[in-house]
Amino acid sequence: MVTANPATNAVTTTNIPRFRRGFRFQWEPAQNGHVLLYPEGMVKLNESAGAILAEIDGQRCVRDIVAVLEAAFPQADALESDVIEFLEHARQQHWIELS
Amino acid sequence: MTALASSLTEQKQASVSPPLWLLAELTYRCPLQCPYCSNPLNFAQTTSELTTEEWASVLRQGRETGAAQLGFSGGEPLVRQDLGELIAEARHLGYYSNLITSGLGLTKAKVDDFAQAGLDHIQVSFQSSDPDLNNAVAGSRKAFAQKLAMARAVKDAGYPMVLNFVIHRHNIHQMNDIVALCERLGADYVELATCQYYGWAFRNREGLMPSRAQLEKAEYEVNQNRARLLDEGSAMKLIFVTPDYYEERPKPCMNGWGSLFLTVAPDGTALPCHSARLLPIEFPNVRDKDLKHIWYESPGFNHYRGNSWMPEPCRSCDEKEKDFGGCRCQAFLLTGNADNADPVCSKSPHHDRILAARQAAECATASIEDLTYRNDSNSRMFFRG
Repeated sequence: MVTANPATNAVTTTNIPRFRRGFRFQWEPAQNGHVLLYPEGMVKLNESAGAILAEIDGQRCVRDIVAVLEAAFPQADALESDVIEFLEHARQQHWIELS
Repeated sequence: MTALASSLTEQKQASVSPPLWLLAELTYRCPLQCPYCSNPLNFAQTTSELTTEEWASVLRQGRETGAAQLGFSGGEPLVRQDLGELIAEARHLGYYSNLITSGLGLTKAKVDDFAQAGLDHIQVSFQSSDPDLNNAVAGSRKAFAQKLAMARAVKDAGYPMVLNFVIHRHNIHQMNDIVALCERLGADYVELATCQYYGWAFRNREGLMPSRAQLEKAEYEVNQNRARLLDEGSAMKLIFVTPDYYEERPKPCMNGWGSLFLTVAPDGTALPCHSARLLPIEFPNVRDKDLKHIWYESPGFNHYRGNSWMPEPCRSCDEKEKDFGGCRCQAFLLTGNADNADPVCSKSPHHDRILAARQAAECATASIEDLTYRNDSNSRMFFRG
């Protein structure tokens, strides 16, 4: 129940993110986008949020996820700070947990 | 269909977004008798329930129409022996499925079986943090102990856990105890839902509605607990639904009529919300029409879409896009005409009815025993001439 204080333990490149139990990420054709589903609620994700969360598999660390995204979007500049910023938001929302 | 008619249909569909939520009220049967139940007063008149096959078809059609969230509700959905089968079908279709239960009829084995079948979440309702008050409100002597055991089983099985407390004048003083109980049980979300006055709760409003002083104290205590939980880094979230009877502007009910929510009642009646059955509007049945047609084409679902139906003061109001004139059921219950502005709004010519209810709450003396309990024999009083 009690997790780390949100003010500390910010996301680092070596953390392995996974979805918190009860949170399901999936593609919804009717909404033409990715959504995050949780008890009695749903967040519609924009394209970049969807692309980042799609790489979370509970195995790969943040550094690997950044590498996959940079390979998939070669026209984009370095993505590390954007990815970390978004994952930090996702952590504070309690969508994901880190190990 | 002519080309013109078909293009008109497409245009209409484009302006109406898909139903994202499907609430499957599997049955009106329930072992408890809570006097604030949202089921219709005459629920005992509904004896025909959709079959397993019919529900499976409703779930398929709902998913095809765009629904992603699914609630299994009632009555008590566990009364249906085919619940496990429907859970498996829901998972297969890609729904996020929520079981909304009193916990009565649940067993540890069922909690585990349902997880296996793909149920995502179980919400257990409580009536109080105190066993005696809980059981008095529920009209069942064994309810509290069973709820505690099932909340623990839900947690042990690894589900996310939402605990729901319906709040009224007889338990609103228990906020600190309720939050403490939920922390002990390891809840992820706690819904402190003040009674909404529809169905049985409308009938019992005088005996349920808290006074303003009670409400303000409760709000203070909830805010104190929120600050403490945040401080401790707890992920437990408190959701406090305050009663709209103490507001000056109405709630944007259901986020607009026929905009997100689709309820299917036990007999297959499709409704834009679970209270709408009380309105003098003809609603379609899933036994006659498919859900897509019901959502986009039926007169019942189109009745209050948009704002061309609004009379004054809503028609010329600059907030009409924000609150859609409030709740149609509340307008009907309090003014006799569902077109009227929700009387919660201080601009409504019927706002005095809300003020009178607040006044009554200041000097109410009814005890729990004076409430009309939700059970078959009381329900029959409402349809036997």
